[in-house]
Amino acid sequence: MNKRVGLEASHAVAEAVRMADVDLIAAYPITPQTHIPERLAEIVANGELDAAYIPVESEHSAMSACLGSAAVGARTFTTTAGQGLELMHEVVYVASSMRYPIVMVVCNRALSAPLSVWGDHSDVMAVRDVGWIQVFCENNQEAFDLTLWAFRVAEDPRVLFPVMVHIDGFTLSHVTEPLWLPEQEEVDKFLPEFKYPFALDTDKPMTHGAFGIPDIYSEAKKAQEVAFLNSKEIIRQSWREFADVFGRSYAPVESYKADGAKTLLLTMGSFSETAKIVIDEMQAKGESVGLVRLRLWRPFPYEELRQAVKGAETLVVFDRAVSSGMGGPVCSEVKAALFSEAVKPKVAGVVGGLGGRDMSVKDFERVINRGKEIAKSGSGEIIETVGIRG
Amino acid sequence: MAEKKLKVPEDFTWRDMEVGNIITEPGNASLRKTGDWRSMRPVLDKEKCIKCGLCWLYCPDGAVKLLDDGYYEPDLFYCKGCGICARACKKGAITMIEEGEK
Repeated sequence: MNKRVGLEASHAVAEAVRMADVDLIAAYPITPQTHIPERLAEIVANGELDAAYIPVESEHSAMSACLGSAAVGARTFTTTAGQGLELMHEVVYVASSMRYPIVMVVCNRALSAPLSVWGDHSDVMAVRDVGWIQVFCENNQEAFDLTLWAFRVAEDPRVLFPVMVHIDGFTLSHVTEPLWLPEQEEVDKFLPEFKYPFALDTDKPMTHGAFGIPDIYSEAKKAQEVAFLNSKEIIRQSWREFADVFGRSYAPVESYKADGAKTLLLTMGSFSETAKIVIDEMQAKGESVGLVRLRLWRPFPYEELRQAVKGAETLVVFDRAVSSGMGGPVCSEVKAALFSEAVKPKVAGVVGGLGGRDMSVKDFERVINRGKEIAKSGSGEIIETVGIRG
Repeated sequence: MAEKKLKVPEDFTWRDMEVGNIITEPGNASLRKTGDWRSMRPVLDKEKCIKCGLCWLYCPDGAVKLLDDGYYEPDLFYCKGCGICARACKKGAITMIEEGEK
């Protein structure tokens, strides 16, 4: 039987990694790291998981160690956050281009300066283009579920791309919530043994990571991009299979009370749960509002997003990061996704919740109302913000 | 000896790329001509050469080959013309000349 336990999201992730029977964990254990590698170090030291645990000397080394591990066909996990993800950046690209199915949980944090370890999506936005499958979690159950699921989709021979699972720093990573833990048999049923078809093998020599001369680089990138876009179907399929085994379902874009709503709010990550409350409250007052959440960030769910906002007059996109000189990055991508549609909602973007700044229910009501104003008047600042003094 | 050749054929498309650009045929890098980058060419004077093999030892690209008669000679298919062999040679038996010169 499944059991209900209270776990911090970081420990829930560690539990998912244990149940996934990971072979190698490489992580840099110092700030901005979270309790995920700390708990995993305990789990491995206690003999609860037969895995190699490498406390590397930097995040750059963490991802480099993961490349080697994945190349020999070991199930590989790492985790980082904020500045750590930035230091890792160069190697993150290599993992996806070499098609190594590494799983990484990122506890989303702000970037310096000013020095901050608190939560927002600045670190995520710096890795938008790295070619990893990326999903967002809203609570601890999702952190557990999607970490487990990530191995399944990454290692699917039709996919073979690394997966990044985003959980918001502090609001998820350090918060304890109740969640359901599955039985090991269920996990084993969902997650078959990892068999990497191109594992390095002295009996069958091959070259990983060769030079890409100008004659071949463009073809290599096109092949990678086509395969990445094709992974979307497997992502959907694996979520259906996840629902069959565990009874909880996920989709690339998820809506909340959005049917027929004139105004939609779009969010990503844990703040979506606060946003649900404001939708409840505003609907109780008779307002026509609903919520759309992006679960799958890469590959971007164009079709599902267009479908989810169909019929709405206004779409207000909430961003927890700034693309300097351009505005909210999620908003600009949503606008791009809708640009070719003949009939589409007016899109307004609002930025808030930076560097650990909380967003209350009242704040989200302001976001929606300000978004409606901008959409109606067609004006507004390039960067509209909420909750900033002055 | 047949001419060594590694060209990307016209009909090799993005669909032909292996997953992760893996090369499944080991050792085929030796077919790629790297000698055409060269602007300076090493020329061996066999009169001065004492077959010590220092040039072979120092060449960072393994582009010096051992001949049947015991002499060492730069393999111009690979040699990039860095001149390390000429500098390493104690007998001054290797001279770097501009490509195109006789």
